[in-house]
Amino acid sequence: GLNGRKAFAGDKKPADLYDVAPFGNVTLLHMTDSHAQLIPTYYREPNINIGVGAARGKPPHLVGEALLKHFNIKPGSIEAHAFTFLDFEQAARRYGKVGGYAHLATLVKKLRASRPGRTLFLDGGDTWQGSATALWTKGQDMVDAQKLLGVDIMTAHWEFTYGAERVKEIVEKDLKGQIEFLAQNVNDATWGELIFKPYVIREINKVPVAIIGQAFPYTPIANPRYMIPDWSFGINDDHMQKMVDEVRAKGAQVVAVLSHNGMDVDLKMASRVRGIDVILGGHTHDAVPAPSLVKNAGGQTLVINSGSNSKYLAVLDLDVRNGKVADYRFKMLPVFANLLPPDKEMTAYIEKVRAPYASKLGEKLAVTEGLLYRRGNFNGTFDQLIIDALLAVQGADIAFSPGFRWGTTLLPGDAITMEHLMDQTAITYATATVNHLTGEQIKIILEDIADNLYHTDPYYQQGGDMVRVGGLQYTLDINQTHGKRIQNPTVKGKPLDAGRKYKVAGWASVQPIEPGKPVWDVVAEYLRAAKTVRVGQPYIPRLKGASGNPGYAV
Amino acid sequence: ALAAEWPKDAFAAKQLDEAIRAVFGPGAPSPSTAVKLRVPTQAENSAQVQIQVLAEMPNVEAIAVFVEKNPSPLVAHASFSGAEGYFSARMKMGQTSDVVAVVKAGGKLYSAKQNVKVTVGGCGG
Amino acid sequence: MADIQTKIRTKTQGDMTDVLVLIDHPMETGQRPDPKDKDKKVPAHYIQKLNFSLNGKEIASTDLGPAVSKDPLIGIKLKGVKPGDKIKVTWSDNQGQSGNGEATAG
Ligand SMILES: [Mn+2]
Ligand SMILES: [Mn+2]
Repeated sequence: GLNGRKAFAGDKKPADLYDVAPFGNVTLLHMTDSHAQLIPTYYREPNINIGVGAARGKPPHLVGEALLKHFNIKPGSIEAHAFTFLDFEQAARRYGKVGGYAHLATLVKKLRASRPGRTLFLDGGDTWQGSATALWTKGQDMVDAQKLLGVDIMTAHWEFTYGAERVKEIVEKDLKGQIEFLAQNVNDATWGELIFKPYVIREINKVPVAIIGQAFPYTPIANPRYMIPDWSFGINDDHMQKMVDEVRAKGAQVVAVLSHNGMDVDLKMASRVRGIDVILGGHTHDAVPAPSLVKNAGGQTLVINSGSNSKYLAVLDLDVRNGKVADYRFKMLPVFANLLPPDKEMTAYIEKVRAPYASKLGEKLAVTEGLLYRRGNFNGTFDQLIIDALLAVQGADIAFSPGFRWGTTLLPGDAITMEHLMDQTAITYATATVNHLTGEQIKIILEDIADNLYHTDPYYQQGGDMVRVGGLQYTLDINQTHGKRIQNPTVKGKPLDAGRKYKVAGWASVQPIEPGKPVWDVVAEYLRAAKTVRVGQPYIPRLKGASGNPGYAV
Repeated sequence: ALAAEWPKDAFAAKQLDEAIRAVFGPGAPSPSTAVKLRVPTQAENSAQVQIQVLAEMPNVEAIAVFVEKNPSPLVAHASFSGAEGYFSARMKMGQTSDVVAVVKAGGKLYSAKQNVKVTVGGCGG
Repeated sequence: MADIQTKIRTKTQGDMTDVLVLIDHPMETGQRPDPKDKDKKVPAHYIQKLNFSLNGKEIASTDLGPAVSKDPLIGIKLKGVKPGDKIKVTWSDNQGQSGNGEATAG
């Protein structure tokens, strides 16, 4: 709106942001983790993204001012707003919404027009999940949007939560001849054969370019294994090495990995596997303004991670000379809806695909008085709202809500619609649960999840955030090891009793359970009754070892 | 060669050291990069953890696989009389543990280990 | 138990042949509570010996314990296998049952 346009009077001219001069002879466009956000939204980056061990203080574990300083971004600029949480509400009102496939399509077309015949467009996955319409169409709305957007190659993670059969159906019918679905690390669980094509070699502007796919290695652990019972995943970096050697032997002059490892795993993989020019990664939703350069026995590898929620498009121009990558230029472009006119064809498609659900999506459940967001290692206000709803509606002692990194942001005064609630909860295993767990079991769950986040070896992490908790307070010592991180847990002021059973509300169980009322119905019930919600400070455990960490700002 | 009797004591041993001794006799194995142990860093299913052991040294006589924190660490033991120094299986793990492969080659013992995490899932980006 | 399936797959690349054996077997540890009677445990029932032979000559013998997963999937590697060579596996479990399977290298 007006605010958005006015913003650029004394700043960069809007057009400048997207005028990226072509360089070299091959261009890789990369987006990832759109989580089915077809229309523009707000999306607040985290203020807590702590790196431990060797990852401390290095990208992507930088937030706020530490991030601006590291990447030399001017405070208060549109880029500062794009890449950090700083002054979020004020800046969001000023610069407007981000992402949306119609605006993204305009940007993709603009870049492709400026680089005719030399682009490959890569989508890192987590594309078919994250909205009500994606869930209700079993990913179909996003598959068709990807095709219209011109995606050439993809890999996956949440896609698998529609089940093996649905994934196979889409890959074999919808994507055939248009989008390559690659994964070098998904195998038949018994016989070990690859389920998907591991790589493709495409001749781009007379340069043979190999793209190797890497799906999310821990899909059967982080998500229900019963959805994909016959498939085995894993990092499989020895097989990755084999694939790299194979494509080099076939003459590839550029070797790129389209990864859904999460950035810490990408960085470690880059240090171990030889011969990869660039890893274009996702999963951890890190929006990193510049590539990380990793040295290995074969030379060096660039690692790029391109955020989430259709908020960014990464542009990697490569100068390929004498059979290898001689130089590069990189730009991560935030997609500001006010600065990019919506593409007509994509707008028409989005309107058509949403039309049957319009009234359901538009139901106003309540109004929020404060900012509602999700990202952060421990909690967000939208998660706190879900926790508050679970405690109230389910009458539980304790509530757990998973540390997902997708979900959109709402500004103070915004109506919370059913669509917004689904943006936080739309998964295929959303049944709200009530379990009776002992204090000991609760402690084990917290320790396990903390280890998935703060193990010093990224291959033992899972790339999400800490489970959000309500009704329970604890201290978390970030630098401890498994079993020792969770300290002094209390419930209603009393120490968590290892032998006592507590009533625990939650959702998103990865175990096969009897389907029941989905969590969005529980939260919607709470919101309809409340009419106006005011979420105070989200509960964050007392942290030990976090102060001074460049990934921690409060 | 005639197959030896099933080593009851080795499978009953409760401690890793004890189990290794029961299989191979006295002497501690030396860690070796020639023992390629392939196990996941995190188990997808703790009842079926895939393990592969490739012994790259010459004259491999036997390979044994142990899960340190299982109630009885020995999982399996293979002796070779013509096959290459390689063994793969799927195994059960009770909890997060080091997985240890011990190789006997040229009368000497070599080993490799890796931690395999058994964890509750349910988080994600 | 003649009804227990023993499947063998072989795959040759260069001079190396992978042999993978899959046996439908419960591999009961003896520690699992009986679902029908909580005071009882399901009796231990697991394969103990699994031997491989090539054209009648033993090439590997394995000792398995109850920590091997249900439906054991055991792999070995062989060098210099020629098309037509016969690979045979025989197994026996702690309850005295046994089985075998055979494959011809392609
Ligand atoms: Mn993901
Ligand atoms: Mn994601």
